[in-house]
Amino acid sequence: MNIPDYLIPMAVAIPLLGAFLTPLISKINDKLRNIFVILILALNAVIVILIASKIFTNGIMTYVFGAKDITYPVVRILFEVDAMSIFMAIICSILVLVAVIYSWAFMKDNTGLDKYYTLILLLTAGMLGMVLTGDMFNFFVFLEITSIASCALIAFWIDVDKSVEAGFKYIIISAMGALFVLFAVAILYGQYNALNIAVLSNLIQYSYLDKIALVLLIVALGMKAGIVPMHMWLPDSYGSAPSSITVILIGATLASLYGVLRVIFTLYGNVLSTLVRFDVSVNIVIGWFIVALAVVSIIIGVTMALIQSEFKRLIAYGAVAEIGYMLLGIGAGIVALGTTYGKIALNGGIFHILNDALDVGLLFLVAGSIYYATRETSLDKLCGLARNMKYTTVFFIIGLLAVSGMPPLNGFASKLLIYESTFQINPILAIVAILCSILLLAVFVKVFFSAFMGPALPKYKHVKEVPKSMLLSMGIIACIIVFIGLFPDLIINNIVEPASNALLGYSEYVSQVVGGI
Amino acid sequence: MIYNIPYIAVAALILLGLYALIFKRNLIKMVIGITLIESGVNLFLITLGYRKDSIAPIYTSSPGGTMAFPIPQALTLTSIVIGVAVLALMLSLVVHIYRHYGTLDVKKIRRLKE
Repeated sequence: MNIPDYLIPMAVAIPLLGAFLTPLISKINDKLRNIFVILILALNAVIVILIASKIFTNGIMTYVFGAKDITYPVVRILFEVDAMSIFMAIICSILVLVAVIYSWAFMKDNTGLDKYYTLILLLTAGMLGMVLTGDMFNFFVFLEITSIASCALIAFWIDVDKSVEAGFKYIIISAMGALFVLFAVAILYGQYNALNIAVLSNLIQYSYLDKIALVLLIVALGMKAGIVPMHMWLPDSYGSAPSSITVILIGATLASLYGVLRVIFTLYGNVLSTLVRFDVSVNIVIGWFIVALAVVSIIIGVTMALIQSEFKRLIAYGAVAEIGYMLLGIGAGIVALGTTYGKIALNGGIFHILNDALDVGLLFLVAGSIYYATRETSLDKLCGLARNMKYTTVFFIIGLLAVSGMPPLNGFASKLLIYESTFQINPILAIVAILCSILLLAVFVKVFFSAFMGPALPKYKHVKEVPKSMLLSMGIIACIIVFIGLFPDLIINNIVEPASNALLGYSEYVSQVVGGI
Repeated sequence: MIYNIPYIAVAALILLGLYALIFKRNLIKMVIGITLIESGVNLFLITLGYRKDSIAPIYTSSPGGTMAFPIPQALTLTSIVIGVAVLALMLSLVVHIYRHYGTLDVKKIRRLKE
């Protein structure tokens, strides 16, 4: 089937158009609005999958705004989509679609839902723009769209003091992060007179100013990705936002992580093998730095999760640990650039991005269901819910086994790749990773026992199973988890492998725009 | 030396903003810190596009001569518009925090930690 290039901007334009139509349709009928939003996002997911099917077979696609072809010097904004971008776009579209189906019942009693859905669609446009764009300044603009929309959604329950506090924390962090990204973009622009990632990557010299820009970009985007020690906003905002929003926030966080990867592998891809002091190349310095951050993230995330008594904060610390696992794989891939096990580590890290989004997303949805049924978030007060909510219990068991890397499910597949490859770099890394994975299992087993097992309390006698739309959205994620767990080869060979090849093959990314180098 | 003054101002603005953000306890002052950083970054962008003795980059009926570079100006305009949106959102959240907590002191607004 012929898939035209103009589908790429459509992936951003359709949610944007839908966002501004939603308040109008909301005037007619509330149900109609919900159906409209779901249809818009489903259409968007179909478009993303169509683009993906072309990219996985034919390679990189570009779309130039305002011109037919790329003109020199490259001043126009262009979208450049490779396998890694579309991989992230698939994750974001799945998460948003699931969250919107979940919101149908979960947010039914709230007012102001027209604004809620408008912001969700804006957030979708921002996330997809971040991952699809090929221009640094455009990336900054979409980053800001994402932060503004997600901040407003975190503080959506404006009558709850904690969510307003978390929203303020988030906007301070993301405004500062985005300004430093802009500063770095300005530094690069001042030297090379270009904003396009491919053009910049072709020209980059690794001068003193480039080093400053690299540090600013990694730190600012890493802060938005929730890497320890810049994770303090993450448990607050994940814990205070409505559960459906938390699932989309995972997508926004991962889009920032994509920014880190794009900067390291593509923008600075040309200079990764440059030797710096003591005959050490740049990739080893950056790689070990990221591995160190990853190990700290894993340890802090898991140990902090152990002591939490609030359900969603606990899962949020688990999410910090999971981000650590992705970075461990990716960092090991950067350290061992060009070797076989480096490739496996990178594959594991990228595969874990998909698995983490699904596993942690499922756990957050379960936490939201428990809140919906009992209006209670503290684990100390929950007890014996398995009697009344049998489907939710099954979904929680799937999520808990997947997130702690138990064999038949998807978390195992990616974590095994990470273990076996980091073992070859340094056995201690693999040992820490395995130990913390076991601790993560202990954390979630504790949650399982305190919330679902135990005696039936009279307080929870009338608790009913959650409505069908919530069960449906949890079921969709659980099915994908089990499917990936049973056929990991299918996903690795068809989706993950092209994505990691796209990250490593920066020269292909550059030559699409610059041509003939 | 004289041409470096804008860059010195950029560094001063950004550092002042960071200082306000890190050490000030009042939420409004933290918001002011963010806007200071933003002004610094915008000034940096504008300075990058300036050329000596240049005129405004308007091509129609131009008297000729060197023009200032227009792209940084476009970028700055975009950044200013975004900055206003972020500023409005931050201040509205400050209003709501004051309604809930009755104070703007960061040290006292920490119910999330409990």
